[in-house]
Amino acid sequence: MSRAIAHAMLAACALLSACDWSDRKFAHVDVTGATYAREFALTDHTGQPRTLADFRGKVVLIFFGYTQCPDACPTALSEMRAVMDAIGHDDAARIQVLFVTVDPQRDTPELLSHYVPAFHPSFLGLYGDAATTARTAKSFNVFYERREGKTPTTYTIDHTAGSYVYDTFRRLRLFVRHGMGPASITTDVKTLLAER
Amino acid sequence: MHITFVRPLHLNAVASVIALSVAASVTPVAAQEVSGVWVRGTIKGQSATGAFMQIRSDRLLSLISAASPVAGVVELHEMAMQGGVMSMRAVPQIDVVPGKALELKPGGYHVMLMDLKQELKAGESVPISLRFRGADNTEKVVEIKAEVAPLTKPAAKH
Repeated sequence: MSRAIAHAMLAACALLSACDWSDRKFAHVDVTGATYAREFALTDHTGQPRTLADFRGKVVLIFFGYTQCPDACPTALSEMRAVMDAIGHDDAARIQVLFVTVDPQRDTPELLSHYVPAFHPSFLGLYGDAATTARTAKSFNVFYERREGKTPTTYTIDHTAGSYVYDTFRRLRLFVRHGMGPASITTDVKTLLAER
Repeated sequence: MHITFVRPLHLNAVASVIALSVAASVTPVAAQEVSGVWVRGTIKGQSATGAFMQIRSDRLLSLISAASPVAGVVELHEMAMQGGVMSMRAVPQIDVVPGKALELKPGGYHVMLMDLKQELKAGESVPISLRFRGADNTEKVVEIKAEVAPLTKPAAKH
């Protein structure tokens, strides 16, 4: 685009207040510059310590949940699976999906190692002890609260259902609300992958 | 022009769970139909999952409880999203209004199977008893079989 045209468009935008390019870049909520959800230090389901830095060069999607959840969690993970399938093999290798458990008591590393890769072999389950989990969730603005059930093992956990998306430079960029469907996520992930 | 619709195979499963109650007395009893029953498969170590279905009835009817030999605790749950937070709550009953299918589906109601006694593998089927109460306070139990879908089944049918 020539400088003259760019200037003309900027002038047009100044006249038309409804013109907002920032809203059009992504289908999901742009949280670029947010001060939360910056970093974590957890363990993956293979036992390896993990931080965001390990996934540099990849678009990272993080979801907090628990495996005894019959609804929101498998729905979110199957959506991410659909994103991987839609985006094509080469680009899928540049995406990392992370599932952080808010239920480390029941979600053992072994259970996570079976559950999370069932959705896609590249997906990683992350866990910490109770204190680390609480601290991580807080720093990610993720709410979770245990609700007791009829027996000691049937508690459920209310939790923030939504995913954070990071660009290839480890910067938090988007928040994806629950149940938006894979198509719009795929579009936004492609946009992030295309950034230089 | 005549068009013949061939019933897809999966509908046979639906047909097998249609339960019609027989009017044993002068008072007509509600007839209900339970279809599209599925339960999300589990992997070893997972102790809970959900069952989903559609229920129709020709009279007002309430689903008041459920039971299954594969689960120690079975509850009727409602999933709700409030301010981005997902919550699940046990509900005492779910009403089936005549003329309108009650849908138990991801994002809404489900039959929650907890304290699972076994892994639920895709392709298997799980027996579930649904207990209904009519407007006249009579209760009845309907036995259904839920097909186990893969753990990874997406929420919406495509």
